[in-house]
Amino acid sequence: MKGQQMSALKIKKGSTSHSAYDLRDHHSEVEESHTLAVIVENEPGVLARVIGLFSGRGYNIDSLTVAEVDHTGHRSRITIVTRGTPAVIDQIEAQLSRMVPVHAVHDLTAEGPSVQRELALFKVVGKGDQRIEALRLCEIFRAKVVDTSLESFVFELTGTPDKIDAFADLMRPLGLAEIARTGVAALSRGL
Amino acid sequence: MKAMTAKVMTGAKMVVQALKDQGVEVVFGYPGGAVLPIYDAIFQQNDIRHILVRHEQGAVHMAEGYARSTGKVGVALVTSGPGATNAVTGLTDALLDSIPIIVLSGQVPTFMIGTDGFQEADTVGITRPCTKMNWLVKETDKLSDTIHQAFHVAKSGRPGPVLVDIPKDVQFATGPYTAPEKARVSHYQPRVKGDIEAITRMVEMLETAERPLFYTGGGVINSGKGASQLLREFVEATGFPITSTLMGLGAYPASGKAWLGMLGMHGLYEANLAMHGCDLMINVGARFDDRITGRVADFSPKSKKVHIDIDPSSINKVIRVDLPILGDVGHVLEDALKIWKARGRKVNKEGLAKWWAQINEWRAVNCLSYTPSASTIKPQYALQRLEALTKGMDRYITTEVGQHQMWAAQFLGFEEPNRWMTSGGLGTMGYGIPASIGVQVAHPDALVINVAGEASWLMNMQEMGTAMQFRAPVKQFILNNERLGMVRQWQELLHGERYSHSWSESLPDFVKLAEAFGCKGLKVSDPKDLDDAIMEMIRYEGPVIFDCLVEKHENCFPMIPSGKPHNEMLLSADADAFKSGAVLV
Repeated sequence: MKGQQMSALKIKKGSTSHSAYDLRDHHSEVEESHTLAVIVENEPGVLARVIGLFSGRGYNIDSLTVAEVDHTGHRSRITIVTRGTPAVIDQIEAQLSRMVPVHAVHDLTAEGPSVQRELALFKVVGKGDQRIEALRLCEIFRAKVVDTSLESFVFELTGTPDKIDAFADLMRPLGLAEIARTGVAALSRGL
Repeated sequence: MKAMTAKVMTGAKMVVQALKDQGVEVVFGYPGGAVLPIYDAIFQQNDIRHILVRHEQGAVHMAEGYARSTGKVGVALVTSGPGATNAVTGLTDALLDSIPIIVLSGQVPTFMIGTDGFQEADTVGITRPCTKMNWLVKETDKLSDTIHQAFHVAKSGRPGPVLVDIPKDVQFATGPYTAPEKARVSHYQPRVKGDIEAITRMVEMLETAERPLFYTGGGVINSGKGASQLLREFVEATGFPITSTLMGLGAYPASGKAWLGMLGMHGLYEANLAMHGCDLMINVGARFDDRITGRVADFSPKSKKVHIDIDPSSINKVIRVDLPILGDVGHVLEDALKIWKARGRKVNKEGLAKWWAQINEWRAVNCLSYTPSASTIKPQYALQRLEALTKGMDRYITTEVGQHQMWAAQFLGFEEPNRWMTSGGLGTMGYGIPASIGVQVAHPDALVINVAGEASWLMNMQEMGTAMQFRAPVKQFILNNERLGMVRQWQELLHGERYSHSWSESLPDFVKLAEAFGCKGLKVSDPKDLDDAIMEMIRYEGPVIFDCLVEKHENCFPMIPSGKPHNEMLLSADADAFKSGAVLV
């Protein structure tokens, strides 16, 4: 069963082997953004190994998060948002899937709808109207105020990366001083 | 409870026990502070032979030569810091050529890691990109299990090098020994059986193909002798022509009727034109290396391509194929042969006859011809004589890297797999001498010849001391042109004949050098003396350094300048052909 997961070719059981390649245009030179979930053995060096693959072969990392998700099974989940042409994305998945400590690679973008969330903290420094406007926008975005002083707020916002980008853009003229983002966590929708 | 039944021993003893239980008979290594406990354990036993090298790079290449010529896992043992960094070239070489080896390295004690201790290096960090997998073992209890995992990973799927870094305190401490059969079952189990539907589709394609071609690589050798046997049966039964990469030579016999010779940058005319003109390419365990494809955009434009490979990342990496088959070459060929036979052994006879007629026209070009000389030894001639005089012997060939390597691939014939050891992917000058010693250690009675250039040979010549100490009668057949021949060739053809640092000055007297090591030296410069000298080399019972002075400016042809397609191959120096903006690597 595990051996089946070694295949990054996404060849469905019962289909002719080349059919998976007809699903999308692999000759396209257009770069796409893909979110990959990589289930790895939680052991020293595994993150360095994955990151080394990306830097060594010249692939992009737009966002990367990692944490242990199964303590007894020693599994960690690395969520990587990467960019590349379809051929490059296929190659990234194949390269990841053949690594010894990698149990499975899921392309959440290709496999169907998924939920993507990121958490961010924003420090906004200001007085008077600017401060009121920042607080008003915070409500609209359903961000939380997690710290305040007379001249600053720290907002906590959870959402898609786009939503976080949008909030950051709005905060910038209002005294945005610092941002901390967690990177994307993602799961497929449905069963 | 298991721990109670397990034998308790020191980490150092565990290393030796684990190697023994994995069937290891020989280890190539060099002692140092951080591996002294392991050396102490080696001293106290007789099951595992230790070959003391002169440089750790030599140890790793010896392990490679041993592995490549036996199909077993090769083992090297090095100390921390410089011992480990010296192993890096060999590890990278084994990674690119998919050679199963294990490097065991000593490390400073766990409590000193990170303090810049004496001979401390971040060995797992340094070797992470050049191993298939590596481990730093911090607890003696986990040591034997990790070594068993290392063997499993090195030889499973696409084979490759692994490294186990063992701190000195872990070697001293005691713990329970885990036997191989009690080791954790690894989740790493690459799939070996190919998809039957895909294999059936391949069979359908080969039944109708008009201009089919087998393009085989090192994967066939790695898959084992059975895979070579199946390949031979398939080729004979279908009557399809076959060519191979540098790494795959010997999987199909050079004397076989369907053999077109090696393909690629210095491959044969008929092999490259067949690649360019075929309508069905069956890639068996090769990886579309840039030395094979030339310009990717013009690579074999008219063919449907099937690719059998055990590594998913090899598929569609360079060349997009029509039919990928993920699996072990041996398993896939077995299934394919079965299906093809069951469907009535069909081939397109008419198309095939025409295809062979075309191939025979290409063959008639006689692309390996060269201008003979009565006064100077041509390197090609030297290899032709070596081939003629050693044919049929129990012979293994290793090479260094450069022109001599390409000529050896062109002019020597390999009838069996595992008889040809060369650094293909990494192109490591200095590979040949240590590799030849590793081969000889595995096959003490065989004739092991390292076909070398003088420049490459000097890179690891210290290993002649190892050959002497362990009575490995390796024959160092040096084609001495006093040049870095391949560099010189590119400079002549591509850099306006500006020979920047491509000649070897102050070369040693190789005969005296041989005497200094205590072995036999032979020097030949007259073609008339060549045969006798080669025979003397073969008959001599110990190591020989054979200084064969050859034509200094001979170029290696055919040649596809890199960045050019197969059908723009050069058969002789033609400067114009090199000038049209090709991207050269």
